[in-house]
Amino acid sequence: MVDRITDIWGARTPFEREAEWPSRVDYALQEGLTERDVDHWVQSACVLCSNGCGCDIAVKDGVMVGIRGRAEDRINKGRLGPKGLFASWQGVSNKDRITQPLIREGGRLVATDWDTAMKRIVERSKQLLKEKGPLSHGFYTSGQLFLEEYYALGVIGKAGIGTPHMDGNTRLCTATAASALKETFGADGQPGAYEDIDNCDAIFLYGHNMPETQTVLWARILDRLSGPTPPKLVCVDPRNTEAARFADVHLAVRPGTNLALVHALIREVLQNGWEDPAYIQDHTLGYDELKSTVEEWTPEAAAEVCGVSAHDIRTAARIFGTSDRVLSTVLQGFYQSSQATASSCQVNNLHLLRGMLGRPGAGLLQMNGQPTAQNNRECGADGDLPGFRNWHNPRHVEELASLWNVDPAIIPHWAPPTHAMQIFRYAEQGSINFLWVSATNPAVSLPELPRIREILAKPELFLVVQDLYLTETASMADVVLPAAAWGEKTGTFTNASRVVHISDKAVDPPGDARSDLDIFLDYSNRMGFTTLDGTPLLTWEGPEDAFEAWKDCSRGRPCDYTGLSYSRLRGGSGIPWPCNEENPDGTTRLYTDGVFPSDPDYCENYGHDLLTGAEVEPESYRAKMPKGRAWLKTTKYHPPHEEPDDDYPLRYTTGRTAYHFHTRTKTGRSRTLNAAAPRMWVELSVEDASALGITEGDIVRVSSRRGLIEAPARVSGVRPGTVFAPFHYGYWDSTMASGLSDSPKDSQKTAANELTITEWDPVSKQPLFKNAAVKVEKIRDGDGPAPAPNTTASRQAGASRQAGQQQ
Amino acid sequence: MNLNIYLGLLHQGEATLAESFRQVSEGHGSEPDIHFLCQTLAKQCDKHGEVLLPIVERYGKDASEHEPERLHAQGLSETRSGPVGLLRDLQDLYLLASLVDVTWTVVNQAGSALRDAELLAVVEQCHKETEVQLSWLQTRMKQAAPQALLVAD
Ligand code: SF4
Repeated sequence: MVDRITDIWGARTPFEREAEWPSRVDYALQEGLTERDVDHWVQSACVLCSNGCGCDIAVKDGVMVGIRGRAEDRINKGRLGPKGLFASWQGVSNKDRITQPLIREGGRLVATDWDTAMKRIVERSKQLLKEKGPLSHGFYTSGQLFLEEYYALGVIGKAGIGTPHMDGNTRLCTATAASALKETFGADGQPGAYEDIDNCDAIFLYGHNMPETQTVLWARILDRLSGPTPPKLVCVDPRNTEAARFADVHLAVRPGTNLALVHALIREVLQNGWEDPAYIQDHTLGYDELKSTVEEWTPEAAAEVCGVSAHDIRTAARIFGTSDRVLSTVLQGFYQSSQATASSCQVNNLHLLRGMLGRPGAGLLQMNGQPTAQNNRECGADGDLPGFRNWHNPRHVEELASLWNVDPAIIPHWAPPTHAMQIFRYAEQGSINFLWVSATNPAVSLPELPRIREILAKPELFLVVQDLYLTETASMADVVLPAAAWGEKTGTFTNASRVVHISDKAVDPPGDARSDLDIFLDYSNRMGFTTLDGTPLLTWEGPEDAFEAWKDCSRGRPCDYTGLSYSRLRGGSGIPWPCNEENPDGTTRLYTDGVFPSDPDYCENYGHDLLTGAEVEPESYRAKMPKGRAWLKTTKYHPPHEEPDDDYPLRYTTGRTAYHFHTRTKTGRSRTLNAAAPRMWVELSVEDASALGITEGDIVRVSSRRGLIEAPARVSGVRPGTVFAPFHYGYWDSTMASGLSDSPKDSQKTAANELTITEWDPVSKQPLFKNAAVKVEKIRDGDGPAPAPNTTASRQAGASRQAGQQQ
Repeated sequence: MNLNIYLGLLHQGEATLAESFRQVSEGHGSEPDIHFLCQTLAKQCDKHGEVLLPIVERYGKDASEHEPERLHAQGLSETRSGPVGLLRDLQDLYLLASLVDVTWTVVNQAGSALRDAELLAVVEQCHKETEVQLSWLQTRMKQAAPQALLVAD
């Protein structure tokens, strides 16, 4: 088989527009084994990015020994990327797994049994509920659990405890996608589908380094690009990504200026009459304000602010304005940057202005970062009400109360849910004293780490961490609960294209580890949460009960799962919601009729002012009579709050590499992936490196007003004036002698978030990881090139493509 | 004609509000959303003052010096600390912004009766933003209130 580390996207299977994407089955098996040695295959989907590629897990003698893509699955047609191949089963079957609960005794974590650990949690929880009430409790979860687990947590938080302080690390990856969809259409729900790649004439990637974030999705685009009718490609990204190398237009904007760029694109579309007046008239509201807001943004004005050429802006706008079918995808370059929701809404607006929605190839994908982020949004573990219900709508709150048979008053509905950064702020101030973190690692992934470490270490904060490994966060906990991993439990999850997959249990979890669902159900029972009749709040015995309960909750809502079941999801392909009586086989595209979920009685929220995040009140929303039309929302461009100056003259942005996921707890334990991207690096442009006297591989210190990191410099194709750092590299596997719970010494600091600023988008509350001012100094000569992959955006400037790569 | 007094009041009100937004921004640096947004809103108030100035001058340049002192609202003298202090500071901003808001309404009425197109254009541009400032303050206070009043130390 080809080396899938150098050949990230695998062999080409070209296809033309409107043809079906050919299948190509990828697999990996433990060394020395062949498919004949496998005892049986268990159906699943990969959980190492939001693509959710359908796969089967190979089992031999009760252990996972391999993975194979499912040829019949609509998402990947058999393909798997490097992470799926090399870090799925390998990332969880590892000697480092925690196999017993741990509790803190005399300052140290010691092994114990479940009963002792759970009693300790329940005792503290009950005591705090009695003394301070539900607002003393916070839950911070993940984008990597299963639907059933989020729903359980959602019900516990809202109907058991009654706290608004619930969020997930989905706040870091997908909050803006959800917000942009809610602001424009009235409710969350991905309008387009991955199949739009097969049918489009042009693709726009807005801040989306797809070749590295969703390698299999990019393979689908590569196959179109190498087929007979390739789509045009436009890419907005400050780095010279793989997508930029294929693009007809590459807009390498200055970080923090996205909104100015999209304003100019909209203005060009309108100036040239490329809009669809009938669609605008029948299906949208707010056209005049949009038009006047973009008026000042000539291509020249945007070119000046964004640092790109006016000619390129015009060319990009022409491609958008004149192609029959355009697909846009948006990701972190927009979501984690200044004016995130406003910029992402402008992409929605571009599509609305041209009526470019709901037809094959005319699609919009507000992407997710993590595999199960979508379910966190649907089930309400991120604080929203389950089923895309509106906390501001008393009828929606009552629906939930009657479904759960609880008093509506317990369901937090007096204000929006508390977002992650605010939860940590309350913990910092000592008003949240109980924080339960599941399947995520805030000690590496949140902005401004020196502060986060201080918060997690506060003695008055009772910290519960539930995870596979003793992460940087787990090592600071009061109680650590060992969780079962992917392949060790059953559940469902939904990808960024709304496609629901089942992931069946293939093997037993190691030691005493238990599924996250079992843990949450155990907590609920021990806490004695009940319904109005005094019966236990959660009576589910396993994941299928939870899924059936969720179906009831989703009934009649945009994310309707009532037509799905475990048995329907087994065999064949994943199925996109809504799947119900009217759409028994699921729904590929939303909004085919141009009717949007904006009706005041149905919508998920009443919207916000995009500059400040001020809420639109129910009465004024109603007064505008949306009647199923979409909102053309916008706001003025404002420069980022932290701009480069004399002390910190460079812009800092963070991101990921194709070989790792999140904080590497899984991918870093795969020998193959680790070898491909073993250690931290930072990227500088050729111009900045030469001005600073830095050459490839030199050890540099990058500092901001918050902190510093030290790492070898990669001189890459990043735009001049910008410094890039991958965010994967925390401390669990570093040479820190002193143990995980201590702060690293300066010379050991590698986590990109040591430098980032604590600031968030006013609407989505997503932290701005991609806007900070930094300075760079050389510390000493290096001893060779930086340990950065040469196969991706981090490629050394001037280096040629590596052998084995696709053209 | 007393419109000049009201224009002066408005001009001064925007300046006081701008200064108070800046004070809250400085005083609550650990609340990043408040810190940054108050700076943005302070600039918005500055801008309102700028576009209003030619009109203030047209109706009587030094009018603001003659208007009765009691019509002016005092800005924040200093910011408070802690969650309840934050809530109170936001309430103070809300009061100042409300005064500016209703003054825009009053000036708009007079401008309509006078058919002063230039004045009406300025009101059109600025008043919406003041309204958004108020609803943001509402939104933020609603969010902060339960935690500040029930569980904060
Ligand atoms: S593209 Fe994503 S879901 Fe598919 S194999 Fe790679 S990491 Fe897994």
